[in-house]
Amino acid sequence: MRLKKNIALSESGFVFDPSTGDSYSLNEQAREIVQLLKEGSDLETITAFITENYEIDRVSFEKYYFDFAGMLKQYRLIDEDE
Amino acid sequence: MNKMDLTIAVTGLNNTDNPGPGIPVIRGIRDSKEFNPRIIGLAYENLEPGIYMHDMVDKTYRVPYPSEGSDILMGRIMEINGHENIDVLIPNFDAELIAFMKAEKQLKDAGINTFLPTFDQFREREKSNLPEYGKKYGVKVPFSKPITSIRDIEDLSDDFEYPVVVKGKFYDAYIATNRDQVALYYSKLSSKWGLPVIIQEFINGTEVNVVALGDGRGNTIGAVPMRKQYITDKGKAWAGVSLDDKSMLALTDKIIGESKWRGGMELELIRSDKNELYLIEINPRIPAWVYLAVGAGQNLPEALVKLALGHDVKRFETYETGKMFIRYSFDMITDMSEFEKLTMNGEL
Repeated sequence: MRLKKNIALSESGFVFDPSTGDSYSLNEQAREIVQLLKEGSDLETITAFITENYEIDRVSFEKYYFDFAGMLKQYRLIDEDE
Repeated sequence: MNKMDLTIAVTGLNNTDNPGPGIPVIRGIRDSKEFNPRIIGLAYENLEPGIYMHDMVDKTYRVPYPSEGSDILMGRIMEINGHENIDVLIPNFDAELIAFMKAEKQLKDAGINTFLPTFDQFREREKSNLPEYGKKYGVKVPFSKPITSIRDIEDLSDDFEYPVVVKGKFYDAYIATNRDQVALYYSKLSSKWGLPVIIQEFINGTEVNVVALGDGRGNTIGAVPMRKQYITDKGKAWAGVSLDDKSMLALTDKIIGESKWRGGMELELIRSDKNELYLIEINPRIPAWVYLAVGAGQNLPEALVKLALGHDVKRFETYETGKMFIRYSFDMITDMSEFEKLTMNGEL
């Protein structure tokens, strides 16, 4: 899963989709995940990063991750060619 | 570089909550590094705010509505030209365009340059002709039907499911959820804008728009897509953001390329929930939000003036995405004597 190339993500967690004009605000953890997705990281890498830096086990994180990924898809922030 | 001294006449000074494009067009012209403009405002009403904005408009003349007769309007324009030697005239209302298009040669002979669509281009994009337009240029348009009598409303359920969009010939649109509402809006729109009233299929989705300029030879000189972020109760954009949307630009190029559109235009589009673009309207002039394009790097009013003067104008290749406009209201203080001058002398 890869974010659309033109999605802008700022340090503050503000996301702007220039193809629709929609904008979103993310908390710190979501910003880190979106940043990793933007860099092309896979689920394995993202899970490793989050479980190393936060007190959450792999299974719980993946459950939340798939919810979040579903939301990104619903908002059309994911590259459809992927 | 020496700046060109130009006298440019502009209509649409009604910078209200339903703004005409006059003031944004003037702002673009005044931003030009190539022009030293004298701006002549042409006003239909005494309280058009632009008349009193002396940093924008150097001199304003009252002009008669085109509905009083094209000859009367052109007579007044010629009289004004006698005082001002107008180089370029930019009409900004749909309802006045035919009068200026008809008089294009007369204006040219008097030294007044315009850059307007042809009659064919103007007519084929009229709301009542939109289905044929879609077929001709291979563009998705919502199904629509012009109606000319209140009795036609009875038969609408054969062709439409509610809600439908009820549109005036030139301006205004309402969403009607039943036959009674259609009848109400039909009366309102036909008394204001005349017939036909257009019934259009309602497409669920996001409203997006493009401001563009065609050179009349099939080339797009510039185009900036925009998404309305805040819409007033009149359906007008109060805030918007420039978009990076290749499909909207491709559609604009296709329409301008195939129709050889001449002049400014606004495409009103709906991006449906299935991510398809539907053309719902083509406005045959620059829209009131054109200053967003100027802010994003495409000074389309300046380019329009150059085209009117017969200059070669290069295509704008880029613009900035994520540029926003936000309108605001502002209480301008003026004096009764100004209003008096305009009312009594027809000029200010």
